[in-house]
Amino acid sequence: MMRMRLNEDEQEILAGKHGPLPQRALRHQISVGDFFGAADFVPVTQAHIMADTESLGEAGVRYLEELAAYDEGQQRVRIPTITDPRGTDFSKAGMLGQTAAMLDLERRTIAALVKLGVTMTDTCINYQTIQAPIRHEHVAFGDTGVVIYSNSVCGARSNFEGGPSALAAGLTGRTPRYGFHLAQHRRATLHVRVDFAPVSLNDWGALGAVIGRIAGNYWAVPVIEGIEGAPRSDQLKHFGAAMASFGSTALYHVVGLTPEAARLADVAPANLPSHRVTRDDVIGLQRSYHASDTVDVVVFSAPQLSLYELRELADLCDGQRFKVPLLAVTSPQVKPDADRAGYTARIEAAGGNVLAGMCFYQSYAREIAEANGWKSLATNSAKLVNILGGYGYRPMLASMEACVGAAASGTLRLG
Amino acid sequence: MTAGVFRARHAIGRAVRGIALVAGDGFSARYDLDRIAGVFCRPTHKLVGQSYVGKILVLDTAKGGVATAWMLHEMQSRGVVPLAVVLNSVNPILAQGAALGDVPMLAGFEQDITLAVPSGAEVEVDPSARTLTIIDDQPR
Repeated sequence: MMRMRLNEDEQEILAGKHGPLPQRALRHQISVGDFFGAADFVPVTQAHIMADTESLGEAGVRYLEELAAYDEGQQRVRIPTITDPRGTDFSKAGMLGQTAAMLDLERRTIAALVKLGVTMTDTCINYQTIQAPIRHEHVAFGDTGVVIYSNSVCGARSNFEGGPSALAAGLTGRTPRYGFHLAQHRRATLHVRVDFAPVSLNDWGALGAVIGRIAGNYWAVPVIEGIEGAPRSDQLKHFGAAMASFGSTALYHVVGLTPEAARLADVAPANLPSHRVTRDDVIGLQRSYHASDTVDVVVFSAPQLSLYELRELADLCDGQRFKVPLLAVTSPQVKPDADRAGYTARIEAAGGNVLAGMCFYQSYAREIAEANGWKSLATNSAKLVNILGGYGYRPMLASMEACVGAAASGTLRLG
Repeated sequence: MTAGVFRARHAIGRAVRGIALVAGDGFSARYDLDRIAGVFCRPTHKLVGQSYVGKILVLDTAKGGVATAWMLHEMQSRGVVPLAVVLNSVNPILAQGAALGDVPMLAGFEQDITLAVPSGAEVEVDPSARTLTIIDDQPR
């Protein structure tokens, strides 16, 4: 029995007066909203869909094609609706060892999403490249790194919206009001004191990973003290993406930095459980992944690299000649700028590859490992090392500089 | 031998009966499963190497990213899917995936459900009543 309260517009959608597609989308949203006890819907301004074909499979692609096949005029999204990375960079698929069947699924998915009115941005850094949400803006974002950055750094309001639900939000222009759309769930549930300031992106990621492990579940909201100064967007990108990956965390506060936590008391009730995280914890997490010195492949991805990260990588690649493959993955919005600035040419002159519009772990990671004989992988992404263990890799976390050194020598040396 | 009825705060799907596979560990289809072989494959997962196909998974919490929202649907299409998923703590992705993939799900109990249900027990999951019932607590 449906428990959500529907307004007049939503009753019309549910009755099919706007066509079968939004009706079907709303039914899906009601089932999820009822599961979480949502009282009603909240309008959203943007949706962001994760729909890589490794996750979709043939069944998911057929599902999208079925939705796209509804009569003309009934199949368009109502709000700006964009996409997370695809499962390939078509221009580099041969180098990755991807098959024709994988690329065919990708093409069918793109065709279906375009027909639904979705804009193929293919990025997990839309808050850096497309349009960052503002404080109190309700959105339906899919990609945990996007959600945690939008909630925490921007002060926007989103739950983790998986592909089917983000698409449904695009088609109806709303989402069930539960979780982080509600002020009461945005209050901190644990306190974390950090006694050092990370600098490198891998240290920021490792710090996020340690805090994510402590937080432990989606509903836990850490409030963090002890981070001095003003971290850069890329640092908080890796921090949040790792926290979300290790903890399924969707929101954190940093006292004096993030918009909802000017003071501890703004977000934290008294007597929260408290934890201390030290530099040794962060170093220990990174060393726990250092299973071998030999490296088969170096990957910079998850999240996609910003223009500034590519600039730093290009500087490190100058004068190098790589022995093992080095892949740097960015968004389709950043890639043309990297090309114009000469960063792509400098990275590729050393033997690296700059890929766009995909993400490494969403691109048939197991199959491309088997195709290329990749086992030991070095990266500066804490999120990536957390994911790839389940794909048969031996992933290792190190600084960008150490990873570039590993590409040149085939050996990873931690500082 | 019936050993208990446990009520959940969150429920979705149809009633099913089957064998419980239990661990005090998390769940993410992308992070933890070899979805082709139908086994847990993350080396550090407590159920590594064990088949999840046709089992009622009883685990601690939803982990990881958003992919499970699609993956349960894909796994269901090939019949390489758990019969149901029962969690102490759920995130939206698992619920969205259960809705699309027609995988019954319960979440949120008064006690730690991974300690209350013996692995191998025969259990019934009834989302309409929001209950998990142990039908026979002797491991199969």
